[in-house]
Amino acid sequence: MRIAIVDESASRASIIEEGLGVLADCEIFTVTDRRGLMARMAEIAPDVVLIDLGNPSRDVLEEYFAVSRALAKPIAMFVDQSDDATIGASIDAGVSVYVVDGLAANRIQSIVDLAVRRFNAFARLQAELAAAQGKLAERDNIDRAKRILMDSKKIGEPEAYAELRRKAMQSSKRIADIAEAVVTAHELLGGE
Amino acid sequence: MSDRLTIGFLPLVDACLPILAREHGFAEAEGLDLTFIRDVSWATVLDRLLYGHSDAAHLVAPLAIATTLGRGRPAQPLAAPFVLGLNGNAITFASALAAKLVEPGAMGDPVVAGERLRIEAQAALARGQRLRLGVVHRYSSHNYKLRYWLAASGIRPDEDVEITTVAPPFVADALATGEIDGACVGEPWNSVCVERGVGQIVLATAQIWRRGVEKVLALREPVLADKRAPVEKLIRAMRQAGAHFVDPANWEANAAILARAHYLDGDAGLILRSISDRLVLAHGHAPVHYADFMFQHSEAANFPWVSQAQWLYSQMVRWDQLAFDAADAARAARVFRPDVYRSALAGTGDPLPGASSKVEGSVTQLTQVTTQQGSITLSPNAFFDGRSFDPADIRGYLAALP
Repeated sequence: MRIAIVDESASRASIIEEGLGVLADCEIFTVTDRRGLMARMAEIAPDVVLIDLGNPSRDVLEEYFAVSRALAKPIAMFVDQSDDATIGASIDAGVSVYVVDGLAANRIQSIVDLAVRRFNAFARLQAELAAAQGKLAERDNIDRAKRILMDSKKIGEPEAYAELRRKAMQSSKRIADIAEAVVTAHELLGGE
Repeated sequence: MSDRLTIGFLPLVDACLPILAREHGFAEAEGLDLTFIRDVSWATVLDRLLYGHSDAAHLVAPLAIATTLGRGRPAQPLAAPFVLGLNGNAITFASALAAKLVEPGAMGDPVVAGERLRIEAQAALARGQRLRLGVVHRYSSHNYKLRYWLAASGIRPDEDVEITTVAPPFVADALATGEIDGACVGEPWNSVCVERGVGQIVLATAQIWRRGVEKVLALREPVLADKRAPVEKLIRAMRQAGAHFVDPANWEANAAILARAHYLDGDAGLILRSISDRLVLAHGHAPVHYADFMFQHSEAANFPWVSQAQWLYSQMVRWDQLAFDAADAARAARVFRPDVYRSALAGTGDPLPGASSKVEGSVTQLTQVTTQQGSITLSPNAFFDGRSFDPADIRGYLAALP
């Protein structure tokens, strides 16, 4: 069976490709360039196409299916032959699936399940990465806020941190939020 | 507790009314809380609507009909109680080709530009090539208006040229690389082509059909039945947003709101061009005023005329090469829901047409129409070739088209 993964994110495409590697007798093709998408589809002649919901080329792909349905072999949307729960899961995960008409339902199911799992795993990785980056930015803000307090109040670092923490507890906010306010106020008042 | 609706949209200027209904508090004043989901393809906007991620969607009108009729997807009946606007799209050609069709920087004449394009298309065929024209979706008014213009100009859309789907954000790139020679797309994407110097705006779709239906607010029929009260609130809020949108005093502020990262994420200056009907047609040229480039409010522009849905069905039959089917025609007509529009606005003083259908393209001078409330004077709504569409005789109309 020939599976095409259309994804502008090469890293996500490779994560999905790796995930589908466990399937027996499947050939997997990834397409990351939007240019020449239709020609690539014609070359690959896939039985199954996976494309992320956020890909602007989905309308182009559907147009290709509509045309090729008229001209050559029929391609049906996955939604023709599956239950709402599976469709819901794939849309929540952000992947849409197109399959050639007549493909065995259980084979489709296993591909979709794998793809959904991989999409979710990728989304989790990205969320973790974003959280880690957010933490770094927060730490940076706290350092800058401490320096501002140390300079303006002529106090040491432990005292500056204690000030931030005291203010945070008083106003039931996070230290990072107080630090951000200090940095913003400092910038507005003509600081660095 | 206030009602809540989630609305799916594509980042285009004509998603303005629900966005501004929220931003200016018109929805809130109705006791309606709106949230938005932005997507980058119509397929995904539609998927979210069909699987309940969104309650309502900003949708190309023909796609609402195609979905109801089961074209390309299993049939699911959609309802469109509100037209989000008329026209607002343009046809942009690669600069070298555009220079052969119109004076640089001036709006073309659809008859003259069509004739010149016919000659260019024939010349390309003689070289063994076909001009390639992009549209945003198979089931879009862009596709139908482009094809209408081509066919009336003696160009067969499926033989003499090639029409292909291109996502709006990629139109400028596709023109730059020669992947396409021209495209019919909504704003701000024509203006983006002009700014990048890769294309020139040759025609507004308003020149092809002066009052052509564009996007609609679409819902699944059962969702409309379920959420009828909040939908009617939304309709009232969008009518108020429309009055605000067309007031020149608000243009700049509204362009700035639409430009925000979570809406269009674009350039407010470019968005302002279509809002104000003042477009720069070729890079470096002065803006040209073209009245009613976008038509979002007056003359009951948002009223879902059943005859508009029937015209779209006629074009679907025409270009999908299907036989006319009376049952399909009736299902397509039922997608547009003037009854919901009327019930939402009854008692508000907003003008409501007395009829639900009209002969499209038949108004040649200012015409007072009968109303249920308020007064409406329709401006000319002609097709550029002078034909008119009588919904009582779709077969006859189709038979007479080129």
